[in-house]
Amino acid sequence: MTAPVSWQPHKYLPMTAEERDEMLRAIGCSTVEDLLADIPVQVRLRRALNLPPDLAEADLLAHLRQMADRNGHADRLICFLGGGAYDHWIPSAVWHLAGRAEFYTAYTPYQAEVMQGELQAAYEYQSMLCELTAMEVANASMYDGASAVGEAAVMARDLTKRNAVVVSTAVHPQYREVLRTYTRHLGIRIVEVPYQAGLATPERVAAAVGEQTAAVIVQSPNVFGCIEQGRALAQIAHEAGALLIVAVAEPISLGLLEPPGAYGADIVAGEGQPLGNHLNFGGPYLGMLATREAFVRRMPGRLVGATTDREGRRGFVLTLQTREQHIRREKATSNICTNEALNALAAGIYMAALGRTGMRRVAEVNARRAHYAKQRLCAIPGIRPAFDAPTFNEFVLHLPVAPGDLNARLVEYGFLGGLALGRWYPDLADGWLVCVTEARTRAQIDALADVVAQVVRAS
Amino acid sequence: MRMDNVPLIFEYSVPGRVAVALSDPGVPEVPLEAIVGAEHLRREPAALPEVSEPDLVRHYTRLSQRNYAVDVGFYPLGSCTMKYNPKVNEDAARLPGFARLHPNAPRELAQGALQLLWELDRMFCEISGMDRVTFQPAAGAHGELTALMMIRAYHEDRGEQRTRVIVPDSAHGTNPASAAMCGYTVVTVPSDARGNIDRAALRRAADGSVAALMLTNPNTLGLFEEHVVEVAEIIHGCGALMYLDGANFNAVLGITRPGDQGFDVMHLNVHKTFSTPHGGGGPGAGPVALKQMLEPYLPTPTVERDGDGFRLDDERPKTIGRVRAFVGNFGVLVRAYAYLRTFGPLLRQTSEAAVLNANYLLQRLRPYFDLPYDRTCMHEFVLSGRRQKTQYGVRTLDIAKRLLDYGYHAPTIYFPLIVDEAIMIEPTETESRQTLDAFADALIRIAEECETDPETVRTAPHRTVVTRLDEVAAARNPNLRWRPPTKAGVTR
Amino acid sequence: MYPDDRRYTREHEWAKRENGRVRVGITAFAADRLSDVVFIELPQVGAEVRAMEPFGVVESVKAASDLYAPVSGRVVEVNRALVDTPELINQDPYGAAWMIVVEPSDSSAWEQLLTAEAYARLVGAEGA
Repeated sequence: MTAPVSWQPHKYLPMTAEERDEMLRAIGCSTVEDLLADIPVQVRLRRALNLPPDLAEADLLAHLRQMADRNGHADRLICFLGGGAYDHWIPSAVWHLAGRAEFYTAYTPYQAEVMQGELQAAYEYQSMLCELTAMEVANASMYDGASAVGEAAVMARDLTKRNAVVVSTAVHPQYREVLRTYTRHLGIRIVEVPYQAGLATPERVAAAVGEQTAAVIVQSPNVFGCIEQGRALAQIAHEAGALLIVAVAEPISLGLLEPPGAYGADIVAGEGQPLGNHLNFGGPYLGMLATREAFVRRMPGRLVGATTDREGRRGFVLTLQTREQHIRREKATSNICTNEALNALAAGIYMAALGRTGMRRVAEVNARRAHYAKQRLCAIPGIRPAFDAPTFNEFVLHLPVAPGDLNARLVEYGFLGGLALGRWYPDLADGWLVCVTEARTRAQIDALADVVAQVVRAS
Repeated sequence: MRMDNVPLIFEYSVPGRVAVALSDPGVPEVPLEAIVGAEHLRREPAALPEVSEPDLVRHYTRLSQRNYAVDVGFYPLGSCTMKYNPKVNEDAARLPGFARLHPNAPRELAQGALQLLWELDRMFCEISGMDRVTFQPAAGAHGELTALMMIRAYHEDRGEQRTRVIVPDSAHGTNPASAAMCGYTVVTVPSDARGNIDRAALRRAADGSVAALMLTNPNTLGLFEEHVVEVAEIIHGCGALMYLDGANFNAVLGITRPGDQGFDVMHLNVHKTFSTPHGGGGPGAGPVALKQMLEPYLPTPTVERDGDGFRLDDERPKTIGRVRAFVGNFGVLVRAYAYLRTFGPLLRQTSEAAVLNANYLLQRLRPYFDLPYDRTCMHEFVLSGRRQKTQYGVRTLDIAKRLLDYGYHAPTIYFPLIVDEAIMIEPTETESRQTLDAFADALIRIAEECETDPETVRTAPHRTVVTRLDEVAAARNPNLRWRPPTKAGVTR
Repeated sequence: MYPDDRRYTREHEWAKRENGRVRVGITAFAADRLSDVVFIELPQVGAEVRAMEPFGVVESVKAASDLYAPVSGRVVEVNRALVDTPELINQDPYGAAWMIVVEPSDSSAWEQLLTAEAYARLVGAEGA
């Protein structure tokens, strides 16, 4: 007989030592070790795990709070930072609802009859995303904006049977990196088109497309905040027999700007974080993917559809599943299984909360305050806008001081400054990408401009 | 559950209603045309619903009441590890220092977050027997893809062009799908009579063209691969690498480590093993843990210790590149960190309880269903509904649906593919004996119903908010979105 | 049980010779196995197909199956009606649910195909 292993009560484990022994007896074993006999002895761990000791709940929270408090988060510093993640006001209702445990402790809705809540919410999210982007169909979510762009390129390859994608360098550099990773082993060639005056210009894109071009990928507003000439770009792509993929990193912009579906986009791939999701140091966010109805069977990811039950009542199911890995295996449109359902739920609640007028209104406030900030900052001697193209809530400035140094000074005054672009764009070493959402007030903008003026003057 | 239909949020819409109060711009008025350009202005507002905040709250609350969840009841979904999702983990992830931290914040403003990731890296390595971790992958399948890309980079760096990946016939569908996305051809190897990978077939398949074996251990039958050491020898013998699909890692925490079994790289399903909530399908996190020889190929960024502090490293010459933007699903990882700090070395007890719970439940159900692989199971087991199908014409799908009537979520069904009418049950360690007994009683009663009243089972569920849904119609004529009524009042 | 005016593949397609051309569909056995067909993808007229290589896909809710060309050649007719009414494949697999007509480029493949009797044995062996 092996000596009984110590069994400590733990708040997440209902099993008591007595119950353990009773259950073991019920199956004819004397110790838990008997159940592990199939594990070869030479691969057993013969010691306790070397992990830090278990913490009581209060101690755990104190420890975590201490770590969290070391971070310069957006409640501590006034955030003028964007570049793919955006600090928007999230209505209180959004996470009170998305945070209901009936939603967040559920699994993928495999048993539709007991998962109508999640399924209906996903159907509503798909519908609202279609309305926002003016596309015909949207899926239930991808991992994030960058991976959605990667998947969109693969989808375009499958749809066109062509093997090159043309991508503007004004697409977020991390999106382009992921695009490369996703396509590297699939025989897809990436052709980068250098931006010009902050934009993917129709001339340069036209020169880059050819008969092997499956898709043209642009981002709008792009990484510099500039709004692309979507209609002209769509025309170039379509004349070459290619698709236009529009990456949207800031979907709030679509409250005010012409949606990609209206100017001819074939696939919209983007980041849904700004729609009611927290900054979370980069994730979880959600990838948005929307396309034309004719392309839906080449679409990756889960889709929810409406149907009826035996009594004729409306209900919702996961549908067109033969596209997916659990049925098609190596022939699936993607390997994606787990997605970002809860974040899509939050995005849906956010879109419903803002609604038809609110979405337009919040976008307008972004544009107006950002415009005001641009004017205030550009009035400072030595600072000028990097590009003339119109912008939404982000813009690039040339600074007379190193952007990183300015940001360091701004922290002392309680600001989280813009993004120093030099790391991504060596030709923009003095480039500072500033983001102004509706969460920034005029007073905060004025205060920022005053401090920036002071720092620039002193340098 | 509420039985009445819940309208679509669009169907509550009344023009003029709003659920938010937004402040005025408060800046000098400039025409919008002058800001964004007239040609870029949206002509028609998006046809989003127009509801008040009470409408909104009641709608989504009612939807939540039409959902089954771990907080509602037992969720024995095999291979999904639906364990309890601790509440303190939610509080941890919602701390403003984490939830409100911008991913582009300079590193000196993110030291707490980076420290957490670094400590989590160390803990994951200790548990897995590996050397390094990447936090990039957003989910298990994403981790598979990431790992395969690193394996490919590893072989190519050694001047080897290997083209094939071996996957057992019991594998998750993500395995072959991930291999295909990495440009590999998939070779399927059968299972043997004891449910292990067939070693003779494996030997035949293993040659210089093989890049890796993707193995789940315990496998999808809930059985430990008894010959894992020999399997690793076969694979390493042909120069290939051993990949572990970590979906079933919850069975062996602190008992055996993949790194010690001969695996070179694995993904961790944080949303299974480490208790983070599944969110109705996501988010997850799929960090990949690996041995030192794969370290040069890690995706960027990596979390590095730098003197007293921490930094993200983007400058790695042999990296496979990014698989997503920013560092990873940080908010999910905070929860996993909180979970591990709640257990410490006691973690082993979770696996012991998971295995005991599964074997106890198996013992209770064994007389009533076929058991195709009769061995001591690990954290889950796979029954077959073949007896019920052939004798009473009741399919496993029907049994699953009938369980919904008894107030339980159904087990995973028709997977793994190698078991006819498969019923895959994973109770997890967070369920009490009383819950297991009540569930067993229900399933046994359904087995009896198959005999005495098969029609009731065949037409189940009867007590849910909807009965069986017409999936054929849904797929033939997909209705994937609400459409606004046209001006004539007719849906377009 | 299986019409003997045509030949069969091991992948459950039927092939019927008509004035030198070959009409192609799937067998009732295959249609039953798939259960309710919800979708079919067919080639364009003019496409080249090769014997025992996929020319299309047929799907039910829970399964997808490649369609294999019994013979090599050029597609001269495509049954577009199936795209809108895939349920025909379950209702009338040997008649209205024909899929393509091929102008064969080479007659040798025909002889490799199974007779109705041989096909019946094959599906019997698959445990129909």
